Amino acid sequence: MLLSPYATLLDRVRVFALLAFCGVVLAFLVLPIFVPVPLSVNAEAFFTFPLAGFSWRWYDEVLNSTQWREAIWHSLVIAIGATLLSTTLGTLAAVGLNSPRLPARRAILAILMAPLVVPVVITAVGAYLFYARLGLASTFTGIILAHAGVGSPFVVVTVSASLTHFDDALFRAALICGARPLTAFRRVMLPLILPGVLSGAAFAFVGSFDELVISMFLASAQQRTLPMQMYVGLREHLSPAITAAATLMMSLSIVLLIVADRLRSRR
Amino acid sequence: MNDAQGKGAGGDALARFVGVDKSYDGQTLAVRGLTLDVAKGEFLTLLGPSGSGKTTTLNMLAGFERPTRGTILLAGRPVDRLPPYQRNIGMVFQNYALFPHMTVADNVAFPLSVRGVAKGEIAQRVKRALATVQLEAFAGRRPTQLSGGQQQRIALARALVFEPSLVLMDEPLGALDKKLREQMQIEIKLLHERLGLTVVYVTHDQSEALTMSDRVAIFHDGEVEQLGQPDELYDRPRTPFVAGFIGENNLMVGTVASLAGGLARVMLAGGIEVMATPAGALAPGAQTVIAVRPEAIHIAASAGGENTMPAIVRSRIYLGDHQRLLTEISNRLVIRVKVPAATHAAQDAPILLSWPAADCLAFPSAGLADVTLNEEWTRS
Repeated sequence: MLLSPYATLLDRVRVFALLAFCGVVLAFLVLPIFVPVPLSVNAEAFFTFPLAGFSWRWYDEVLNSTQWREAIWHSLVIAIGATLLSTTLGTLAAVGLNSPRLPARRAILAILMAPLVVPVVITAVGAYLFYARLGLASTFTGIILAHAGVGSPFVVVTVSASLTHFDDALFRAALICGARPLTAFRRVMLPLILPGVLSGAAFAFVGSFDELVISMFLASAQQRTLPMQMYVGLREHLSPAITAAATLMMSLSIVLLIVADRLRSRR
Repeated sequence: MNDAQGKGAGGDALARFVGVDKSYDGQTLAVRGLTLDVAKGEFLTLLGPSGSGKTTTLNMLAGFERPTRGTILLAGRPVDRLPPYQRNIGMVFQNYALFPHMTVADNVAFPLSVRGVAKGEIAQRVKRALATVQLEAFAGRRPTQLSGGQQQRIALARALVFEPSLVLMDEPLGALDKKLREQMQIEIKLLHERLGLTVVYVTHDQSEALTMSDRVAIFHDGEVEQLGQPDELYDRPRTPFVAGFIGENNLMVGTVASLAGGLARVMLAGGIEVMATPAGALAPGAQTVIAVRPEAIHIAASAGGENTMPAIVRSRIYLGDHQRLLTEISNRLVIRVKVPAATHAAQDAPILLSWPAADCLAFPSAGLADVTLNEEWTRS
């Protein structure tokens, strides 16, 4: 495909160089992600290749020990809460930002997007200092709120993208047909921008499920999340269980992002 | 307004604009000083070039825009604070605005279901509405599977199914090809008559306006320049803009030489003298615009008659049932003439043009913006 049927030697060299370059980039960017996968089924408690033998024992540990199970449960609760919140808020924001009558749209958008640009540590420290005053530190509510803040921009982006394909005349048509604005939103606008809403939700979920820094600042042992458990595990006792947990998390993220991608390309 | 007779007259107004201004930016007025009655049962067309305020007017009636000043009344009640969903108005949009995620039947059912009509009744009325537009067979399809004309008929069914008091149409046929457009014009007109609808129709296509309307309001620069029945607008335009916008007209600037016996003697450039009927207050010495339609001009056999002058045929356009001549008169202006198809007129042949003074209107020449005057012949 890259080569024409009448390729000269120089063409062949060029294409080869391009492929080699791409290969190297992919190797350095993507390969590290898959390193834990073989280690997670290693029969021995060592982080070394070659593998000693095949075993599900680390998966067994992750899925059956109380510590890991609690962490997974906490992460799910927080991620689901944060996803619901950021999807709702992000969708509302995107719909509002889509209105040509809204003044200072660009400024508002920039503020909403800030969590994507500001270093996470800053967000985390800020959230900690602020929420501690309000008594929200070391609570699920606090972590959910903070994660929703970071997740909402994704929803704003994906829903805004969906809205660029949405014909405003449809909303007007619904209104003149007798639908109240909320009914018009629910029955006409929402079904048509749903792919954007769901793919934003997937991003928000993955973002919260993988999040470590904010959780570290805001969570106590009672709210320990899966990434925190892995991090603690790394520091305290280097157990291959974290490679199993990492593989599980990665699988979930990949599945969700594929779903998000499918949803976005559909329409 | 004395030319607003016919169906538009009287107190039977379904909708009424009273001194309505609309500004989007607080400075320029998109609509200004609009006072307009929509009579019950009439087909009123808002006609004008783009940016003339006709769509803004329609959107204010629908409730999508609020007047900056003035009041709109529906059935005698002010509706300035009434949102679109409480106005009980049906509307057909330019690009149909059918809900793409719903079937044809669900689209038509939408206005009924948001009104909480019972399921059984919805099914019946949807069926009836689809029968009205002859698309019962398509109930289960998606709008995107239909042709443009079919989609427009579905949009029509959706706008009529809840028996609204008023139906608005915003350039509904703009996206259709010529043949289908003409067919739909007749179809909409027949529906209007059969169902006794009150329709406010927006278009920039003057022939569409003439074909369909009981009355036409000609919008120009945010104002209604003339309101009247189609023949009235065609035969007795009150401004050069209306004369040029409705149908075709030869428009030329001249000076009033004298007024006598209900006629004005007008001097055109190059010393050409023309007798015309004043269509407004004229004074001797004032500038004027004269208008004479191509079909009012004929080829004279001999010189000396009223408004008879020599011309040279510069171009001939054959149109089947008639032909159009572009002729150059002595001051080099091009005059368009409509003559029977059989008329023999050779290229560059000298002929005599003539038209009756009664068919030649002389307007006071205030406001020549957007008026296309006849131009001089240029040899290419």
